[in-house]
Amino acid sequence: MRHRRYPFIIGFLIAPVTLYAALVLWPYLQTFGYSLTDWNGQSQEMHFVGLGNYGKLLHDEVFLGALGHNLLLLAVLPVATILLALFFAFMLNVGGRGGAGGVRGVRGAAAYKVLFFLPQVLSVAILAVLWEAVYRPDGGGLFNGVLQVLGLQDAGHPVEWLADPDLVLWCILGVLIWAGAGFYLVLFSAAMQSVPKDIYESALLDGAGRGQTFFRITLPLLWDTVQTAWVYLAIAAMDVFALVSTMTVGASYGGGPDHRSEIIATYLMRNFLFFGKAGYACAMGVVIFFFTLVLSAVALRVTRRERIEF
Amino acid sequence: MSAAAGYNRRELFRRAAGLTALAVTGGPLLAACAGGGGGATGTASAVATSAGNPLGVEASAPLEVVIFKGGFGDDYAKAFEALYTKTYASAKITHTPTQDVTGLLQPRFNAGSPPDVVDDSGAKQIKLDVLHKAGQLADLTPLLEAPYLDDPSKKVKDVLQPGTIEHGSFDGKMYSLNYVYSISGLWYSGKLFKEKGWTAPKTWADFITLCATIKAAGVAPFCHQGKYPYYINVVIMDLLARQGGADIIHRVDALDTTVWDGPEAKAAIEAVYQLVDHDYLLPGTNGMTHTESQTAWNQYKAAFVPCGSWLENEQLKLTPDDFEMTFLPMPSLPGDKLPPTSLRAGADEPFIVPAKAKNVQGGMEFLRMMLTKEGAGQFAQQANAVTVLKDGIGPDVKLRPGTKSAVAALTAAGSDVFNYDYPNTQSAFDIELGNASTELMANRIKPDEWLKRAKSAAEKAKKA
Repeated sequence: MRHRRYPFIIGFLIAPVTLYAALVLWPYLQTFGYSLTDWNGQSQEMHFVGLGNYGKLLHDEVFLGALGHNLLLLAVLPVATILLALFFAFMLNVGGRGGAGGVRGVRGAAAYKVLFFLPQVLSVAILAVLWEAVYRPDGGGLFNGVLQVLGLQDAGHPVEWLADPDLVLWCILGVLIWAGAGFYLVLFSAAMQSVPKDIYESALLDGAGRGQTFFRITLPLLWDTVQTAWVYLAIAAMDVFALVSTMTVGASYGGGPDHRSEIIATYLMRNFLFFGKAGYACAMGVVIFFFTLVLSAVALRVTRRERIEF
Repeated sequence: MSAAAGYNRRELFRRAAGLTALAVTGGPLLAACAGGGGGATGTASAVATSAGNPLGVEASAPLEVVIFKGGFGDDYAKAFEALYTKTYASAKITHTPTQDVTGLLQPRFNAGSPPDVVDDSGAKQIKLDVLHKAGQLADLTPLLEAPYLDDPSKKVKDVLQPGTIEHGSFDGKMYSLNYVYSISGLWYSGKLFKEKGWTAPKTWADFITLCATIKAAGVAPFCHQGKYPYYINVVIMDLLARQGGADIIHRVDALDTTVWDGPEAKAAIEAVYQLVDHDYLLPGTNGMTHTESQTAWNQYKAAFVPCGSWLENEQLKLTPDDFEMTFLPMPSLPGDKLPPTSLRAGADEPFIVPAKAKNVQGGMEFLRMMLTKEGAGQFAQQANAVTVLKDGIGPDVKLRPGTKSAVAALTAAGSDVFNYDYPNTQSAFDIELGNASTELMANRIKPDEWLKRAKSAAEKAKKA
């Protein structure tokens, strides 16, 4: 019956592949084309400029700064989120002090899980509004209010969190981690629960502490999941458009103060829609595309390890 | 053994992750860049022009109107559409309100099938300089030359407020009708000032002295909408315009870099910096949105706020009934070339007729009907704002206190009104100037550095 298999597979794939090609691959190809022109975004009149846009990108300080910010996020966001989520997941699943020798999480683990996952069900717009209230630059903000009540801050000179060039990127990063950790916590929890209990029990019998259990058993068995999480988070770190454009200072897609929270996506949008340099913006889009592609490939290759079957 | 066994779970994960990499990141960003094809041009109407129909409107041609539904709502536009139907009963009108002009219309401009009239405003407006460069805007000269509907002995161009035509023009031709006439300056609460015995200052020196008094009374003297540097730039650039007059406005718009080496720019920026230097700002104002800072001002936490005359309508629900919102022209500096009554007055809320629209003539006729006493009166009632039609509001229209004080200031200014073009024509320069002002207001840079940045922004914009 072998010959019947291909029509069967094709029958299933034809619709999604066609959609994917028309709505994803074709626009990608168009973008490559547009990035070689001086298209202004509002008409079909344009001129071919070769690699001129890419040459300009190399000398554009704002773009290089934005790229740097994306790379900083890339370096910090996945590591911080994964470590935090792993820690929580471990505590919630196997970190509890076993009473009668059983393996279980800390008390109230189920409630914590719901609590940590909650940010994940909020839309990005709500996240932005919520955190704008937290970071509000006067005494009405949660952080500044608490600092003022504790007498740690002069009410006349509050910290302008999102308007402070040295803090703004870290403020955004904080929101990303807060919002993301819950999802990865649940992801890691699911993976941990699929690890057979007897492995943990034997470790317990051998006298392994929490730390040893985590590093010698949990982490190696979760490696596949961690790897996936890393790729997802790396992709998220190359984007961050929604939060930066709504929360930070500056006309048309934020990025301020003084480009200090600028990321490629906000700079791209400003060039595309505000300055009418759509061709130039497309070149930036292509750069992000290759960055992400290379990163994903590298991440998956570098973290490749022997699989442990269980 | 089936072929599926050839894929283990890990393999699937890798593939899934790879695909996700493609789908998640690049997707939204790259797809945003994809345009459509096409490029059909609008069909010229074959209807001959006549005295009763100077624009040659085809009576039965449908008219599609897209309105930015922001602070002014869109009820006024429905009133205009009713006016149009009165004359052209057979024309089918499509009314589309939106808050995302770009999202709605960018694909249609690219496809060559835009609507006939667009109120291109709001945060998601399509920049006019961009549209103009792309050849998407119809030249509105026929509208200007057409007779004014309320008095056919005059032409439309004769009944517009000063600056309206210039502000909507590129290279000497008008491409957008900026319908709302607004003025900018400082605002205060008449009630608060009466209560505390403060008098509105005329000169900048008085203003700074008063600020000290206000601060001593426990109120922050000044707040601004720090998240959007547009507002503080209005203060800085208005002081500059007063110092240098029409000549300097022209030079700024033309990106003349020597402006920033001159004594006028230095005087203006140093005056504004006094607010920072003396610590007269509302705490946290540099990071506030327009709503947050203007609301703090409505709550008497700050005495002055810079804004345009849309402020009253914008803050309608948050203003206490006895607030007595009052307009104050920018205080004057020594050596000003323009009188202390002069102010920035300009036409905003651009209405355009796309060049490739199907009913260009109908679009212009629609604009002509907006420029009537009935149209302007409707607008004043529905949207609490004055239009660019000279004497467009009869004595029967009752104005709120803020608008009333603004109209009084406008009358006092007479012909001494000015406006800059650079925010519309030099977007990149405007953004960099705003960034520099944000830094100055946060006291991270000093006036000298601000001037350097302004100069280099002008240099950069000139090269591009």
